[in-house]
Amino acid sequence: MKQTIILAATEGANPLIPNVWEILVTLLGFAVLMFIVVKYVVPAFEKTYAERTEAIEGGIAKAEAAQAEASAALDEYKQQLLDARTEANRIREDARAEGAQILAELKEKAAAEAARISEQAQAQIAAERQAAVTSLRSEVGVLATELASKIVGESLNDDARAARVVDRFLADLESQSAGAAK
Amino acid sequence: MHLPEILPWGVPYGEGFGKQMLLILVAVALIAWFFVAASRRRELVPGKLQYLGEMSYNFVRNSVGKDIIGEHDYKPYVPLLFSLFFFILVNNLFGSIPLLQLPTPSHVGTAYALAGMVYITWIVLGIKKHGIGYFKLAVVPSGVPKAILPLVVVIEIISTFLVRPVTHSLRLFATMLAGHLIIMLAAAGSEFLLLHGEGLIKPLGVLTIAGGVGMYLFEILIQVLQAYVFTLLTAIYIQGSLAESH
Repeated sequence: MKQTIILAATEGANPLIPNVWEILVTLLGFAVLMFIVVKYVVPAFEKTYAERTEAIEGGIAKAEAAQAEASAALDEYKQQLLDARTEANRIREDARAEGAQILAELKEKAAAEAARISEQAQAQIAAERQAAVTSLRSEVGVLATELASKIVGESLNDDARAARVVDRFLADLESQSAGAAK
Repeated sequence: MHLPEILPWGVPYGEGFGKQMLLILVAVALIAWFFVAASRRRELVPGKLQYLGEMSYNFVRNSVGKDIIGEHDYKPYVPLLFSLFFFILVNNLFGSIPLLQLPTPSHVGTAYALAGMVYITWIVLGIKKHGIGYFKLAVVPSGVPKAILPLVVVIEIISTFLVRPVTHSLRLFATMLAGHLIIMLAAAGSEFLLLHGEGLIKPLGVLTIAGGVGMYLFEILIQVLQAYVFTLLTAIYIQGSLAESH
């Protein structure tokens, strides 16, 4: 053992001077390793990462799509609700307007009817008045004659004379009323 | 102490294919096998093996590549950073595996090869990105007074193009060699003290064993850390080449 230690100590090579074979073998070995790493290891790992990322991001994208779809449906429903509400309002508004119109029409019709009735009544009244006037005219003569004969006594019993007196009286009356009417 | 070479069998160290080179190839085979197996299934919900692989890959991809080089253009450099980190990590850890006990970067050739490759990579990237004006961009910092500009340029040239690859390689090599030597020294010293020591010196061997175990655990930390540092620096150099200004 002492011998080998002494041998080792006396080997004496400068450790900074390289063995050319070591350089060559190192470079060769490293080149082989690099080749395998570049060709197999790195692509495999990177591909796994990419696939994993894609799997995760794909899931996220899918969830986002579902969410977008849901919110679109919600918007659509809201829009439909709004439309329905507007429609209902419109219908209500229409109904109100129609009601008002019907009411107005009815009022008008009623007013017309009332006017017609009152006109009719007036015409009737006028006709009745005319009839009354006509009947009165003959009756007034009789009544007046009776009254006069009562006043003047039996002297005026002569019919012919009485008739002439009454006619003259009536004619005076007529002309009087005609003058008044004119 | 170096073992004789394997191919041709038994020739002295330095004249053929030896243990250190065999270990490098074993490391390549182990890393390639593990990650090909871990990445092959490509399941959305990973199993244990795939999860472990993804976690390892993610560590380099995100906390080294993405964070240093930037979200925009880190992708093309992930394979390089990933290969570098695990190549160095496994090779370093060989130093802490019983019987193997050899961190391959403790042989300077390996460290030179890796750092040299990174050196060429970031220079080529810089020229590709900025044309020949990259060298001006790299050594002439903006906002420096004209009077001291020549001095600054000289310092920049030395620090960027001369010192950087040396420190990049020697940092890895030196830490691995030192750790290797300390473990070997502790082991050899303990053996010597316990078996060949005389009188009261003998029990001191127990102390060196305890110290050796402590250093062994510490060395595992260093081995992981140096793999990380080497890869991190690579990412920083690449980022520097791609950056618009100094």
